[in-house]
Amino acid sequence: MLNDLFPNVDWEMMWEATRETIYMTAVSTLLTFILGLVLGIVLFLTSPTQLWANKIVNVLTGSFVNIFRSIPFIILVILLIPFTKFLLGTIRGANAALPALIIGAAPFYARMVLIALREIDKGVIEAARSMGAKTWTIIWKVLIPESLPALISGITVTAVALVGYTAMAGVIGAGGLGNLAFMDGFQRSRNDVTLVATILVLIIVFIIQFIGDFITSKTDKR
Amino acid sequence: MIQLENVVKKYKTANGYLTAVNDVNLSINDGEIFGIIGYSGAGKSTMIRLLNGLEKPTSGKVIVNGQNISAIRGKELRNARHKISMIFQHFNLLWSRTVEENIAFPLEIAGISKAERQKRVLELIELVGLKGREKSYPSQLSGGQKQRVGIARALANDPEVLLCDEATSALDPETTDAILDLLVSINEKLGLTIVLITHEMHVIRKICHRVAVMEAGKIVERGNVLEVFQSPKAEITQKFVSQVTETAGHKESISQMLEDYPNDQLIKLFFVGSKTEQPVISQLIREFNVDVNIVHGNISPTKSGPYGTLIVRIVGDTDHVAKAIQYLDVQGIKSEVINNAE
Repeated sequence: MLNDLFPNVDWEMMWEATRETIYMTAVSTLLTFILGLVLGIVLFLTSPTQLWANKIVNVLTGSFVNIFRSIPFIILVILLIPFTKFLLGTIRGANAALPALIIGAAPFYARMVLIALREIDKGVIEAARSMGAKTWTIIWKVLIPESLPALISGITVTAVALVGYTAMAGVIGAGGLGNLAFMDGFQRSRNDVTLVATILVLIIVFIIQFIGDFITSKTDKR
Repeated sequence: MIQLENVVKKYKTANGYLTAVNDVNLSINDGEIFGIIGYSGAGKSTMIRLLNGLEKPTSGKVIVNGQNISAIRGKELRNARHKISMIFQHFNLLWSRTVEENIAFPLEIAGISKAERQKRVLELIELVGLKGREKSYPSQLSGGQKQRVGIARALANDPEVLLCDEATSALDPETTDAILDLLVSINEKLGLTIVLITHEMHVIRKICHRVAVMEAGKIVERGNVLEVFQSPKAEITQKFVSQVTETAGHKESISQMLEDYPNDQLIKLFFVGSKTEQPVISQLIREFNVDVNIVHGNISPTKSGPYGTLIVRIVGDTDHVAKAIQYLDVQGIKSEVINNAE
């Protein structure tokens, strides 16, 4: 029956593309989370009056974040081709999309981390200091747990954006549903392929959003 | 013992330097409850943060438990802070942790084993009266309960000094009293030194042994609470004292009296300690040919004894009135003629 509705869809290829999209999204979300968190924490702690107040580091990190956040993703992908080639030896396939995805999304997420950390009551950090906590302890036991709901809702938004980015990366040959929709659907005028790919992308986005919202509300004890 | 020597703290602001603490010398004895009172901006918040090194003095020395807090740093300072704990106006609990996890936090920082932590947390929960709320999150507690968690957390590492930063200012009067009672009981039970800052004279009156009054970064008056209550010298201290000795309508009733009876004398009497319990007024009436009309009276119990004021109108011959006042003086009761409602 499905074959009657979508005559041009090769389900095997569609499934393969879906797995690639999920793979790219999952790996890039995880690495974006780590890199963005590190960048966000550095931005926060080096800002004036904070524990590592340091103007130079703050300005450098801030500029890095702002520059990479401002470059349109499709241009970033092209700019990073030499870097990706150097790193992975190829610019094709799911893994080749990862550097661009992470470098594109991590600065975006770092900003959200910074906003989340700024929301933490200064008094709580002061209390931890008054107990003799090391900065490292403050990061692990105060900054991250106290901003966790915001960190998770932030990574949810970022993960949804990353699904979109994987589709764009697909256009230049990274595989996944975007690649399939563009090559097989658009260029060969098979609208049913484009439609099915779109529906699958939507399902992935809904699942990410649902999981993100669920964890956010579970971790929020305020 | 806590010792501050010529401590100055300046902040750089957009309009030049701001001196928050201006050449303060202070010594606080072991085991006492020492209060620092002042209006906001007087420098008391900075002062208390100098004691655990959250703020570093621009010049001068801060010595707590024999350590020069202003000079040590890194691990040495962090270890010193285990013995100088702090509670806060807004409690500053971690909302992501339950009551018991909040109390365990300083123990984790000090590197205490898990079994040991659990045991200690149970004791502390018992001590501050929070049994049954171990698994609650701060958002499920009332203000008073949150401050109890704050106190339990502060006591976790057996500190020698407890710093209270406006610890009751966010609480209602009844809860304030309960928390103050708890502070007194831990001071007596554990023998730790308590330094508190506040803008409420009520707090000083109720639990402090000694008090320092701060204004514009300087200590303008200090001494035993009872003495300061009895004869406040600085204008600001008088204002603070009147916070607890005067009730609403006090001034109005006095000016009314002065207006209605311009020929009689209104006299304010000061009773200290056991004098507050003597039947002085009835003796006065019996022995001298005067009438006494009581206008206003008040007794404030302080940590080192009660302190009372009584405003009376003494009616009679000038001669008799003068003798009556003399009699009071002999009895050790200070008096002061009131000429205006101020």
